[in-house]
Amino acid sequence: MASSGLSPSRAFHPFVLLAPTVLVLATFFVVPVGLAAYQSLFAWDLLTEPSFVGLANYRALMLTGELARVAGRTLAYSAVVVTVASSFGLALALALNREGKLVAFVRGAIFSAYVVSWVSVALLWLWLLDGQAGLVSRALPALGLRPCDWLGDPSIVLFTLACVTVWKIAGYAMVVFLAGLQDVPRSHYEAAALDGATRLQTFTRIVWPALRPTAAFVGTTSLIASFQAFDVVRVMTQGGPVRSSTIFVYAIYEEVFMNLRVGRASALVVVFFVLLLLLTGVQLKAWRTLAQGRVAT
Amino acid sequence: MKSRSNPWFVLALCAIGLVWVGPYLWMLSTSFKSLDELVRAPAYPLPSALRFAAYREALSAVPVWRYMLNTVVMAAAIALSQIALALPAGYALGKLRFRGRGATMALVLACLVVPAQVTFVPVFTMLGPLGLVNTMTALVLPFAVSAFGTFLVRQAMLAIPDELIEAARLDGASEFTIVYRVLGPLVTPTLSALCLFSFVYHYNDYFWPLMMTTDDSVRTLPLAVALLREQGTGVRWHVVMAGNVLMSLPVLALFAVAQRRILRAVTARALA
Repeated sequence: MASSGLSPSRAFHPFVLLAPTVLVLATFFVVPVGLAAYQSLFAWDLLTEPSFVGLANYRALMLTGELARVAGRTLAYSAVVVTVASSFGLALALALNREGKLVAFVRGAIFSAYVVSWVSVALLWLWLLDGQAGLVSRALPALGLRPCDWLGDPSIVLFTLACVTVWKIAGYAMVVFLAGLQDVPRSHYEAAALDGATRLQTFTRIVWPALRPTAAFVGTTSLIASFQAFDVVRVMTQGGPVRSSTIFVYAIYEEVFMNLRVGRASALVVVFFVLLLLLTGVQLKAWRTLAQGRVAT
Repeated sequence: MKSRSNPWFVLALCAIGLVWVGPYLWMLSTSFKSLDELVRAPAYPLPSALRFAAYREALSAVPVWRYMLNTVVMAAAIALSQIALALPAGYALGKLRFRGRGATMALVLACLVVPAQVTFVPVFTMLGPLGLVNTMTALVLPFAVSAFGTFLVRQAMLAIPDELIEAARLDGASEFTIVYRVLGPLVTPTLSALCLFSFVYHYNDYFWPLMMTTDDSVRTLPLAVALLREQGTGVRWHVVMAGNVLMSLPVLALFAVAQRRILRAVTARALA
């Protein structure tokens, strides 16, 4: 593989062709990661000179319990998003994997939420969930249910944010599952029908084994995406009430732009990046299963 | 499958559809209401008249057109630059043999793992001393190259036979001509998917512009619309929803027109 390809007509050509790409990627992706690690060793408020403090920023994050709290909230939010969005996406894909104008419209409607901006979706749900005049708060009593303080109650705010996120990204999971379903050979369904398999049997014996790699992919992708959530928090809760929805990226944002603690923020960035790398490791494994699954079918 | 005519299935479909279409309709209806109608109980689903007052108010509260222009210029610059730079890079990585190819490919793949949520703090401190915060440069340059786009174009290049490039060279074509005139048209499906995905992504992006700008002259539409809610006391939801309609309508229209291509761009990202 390494020796394949054409030899360039001039030896310097590849370097000219690649120079802008390498330059931009190095400057805005590689250097910042190193810089964050370096700056995490300093106390710096952006105004005065930075002073070296060693690992004090990390120690502070640990000792105050701040890191554990932020990570815990992020995990709770992500767990709901991943499980609900993936299972919803799968259910929708199975239900909507057929011809018909209405079906196509519903598929499009569900997926459109993924295309619209996070700000749009967050504002829309902020209004729907509004305590006084929001549609949800008004509709629930009509159905005999008691509305709760979706965004004001610290014990449910993360769950509310997760549900809004699911509303936005379930269409993505659905589309990927639909693509996965196209890979299940028609002949397998026919064979199952001939053998008199029930719907449930067809699903557990034929569809699910074929979809498992896709499910692993959807799960890990939405896990990584939900770890990076920010917009929905910034617009809907600003991390509140009483910091109960301050998840990772919002915590970093708060440290830099509100507390002006660049060093502390950089330490959070480093921890966040390490966590992302771990998650990506899991994802790569899922990807490999996906590749193998493709070869197998 | 034949269960299409089953009335229960149709009913369930409509219910599911309503969960997603309903909020949009509510947004649209709210944007035409007056403040009285908003707080009136019980709420009527439709405004009593088609009023554009909320739109006028949104437009006068923040310079929406200015922001819209900033957003489109930024997103278009990013999308075009990503294509223009992914082509030569993808060609070199997919078709040429040279020392350092493996290392460059590793760099491209490694950058896939580094999101803007990791780089914004250090990039902010890098751009500050250079006077680049609050400039269009800070919004466009970090995204001028897409690692993912480079990877996609490289994959598309692998499928093109070497003979084609050799023939072009024999005809005396320069590398520039080969990249943009010969190979570019051959990978158009990949490029248009990348362009569309990238444009919509950056048109919608709230995170990066929020971090890199404080100045009206370069701020983008998602910031402006989010600001509509933060401004003043007592939230005027009809105005916020009017801004929301103005922001999301272009994307929804684009989606309606190019649904198939957008789907291809998204699944390409998933299955690459």
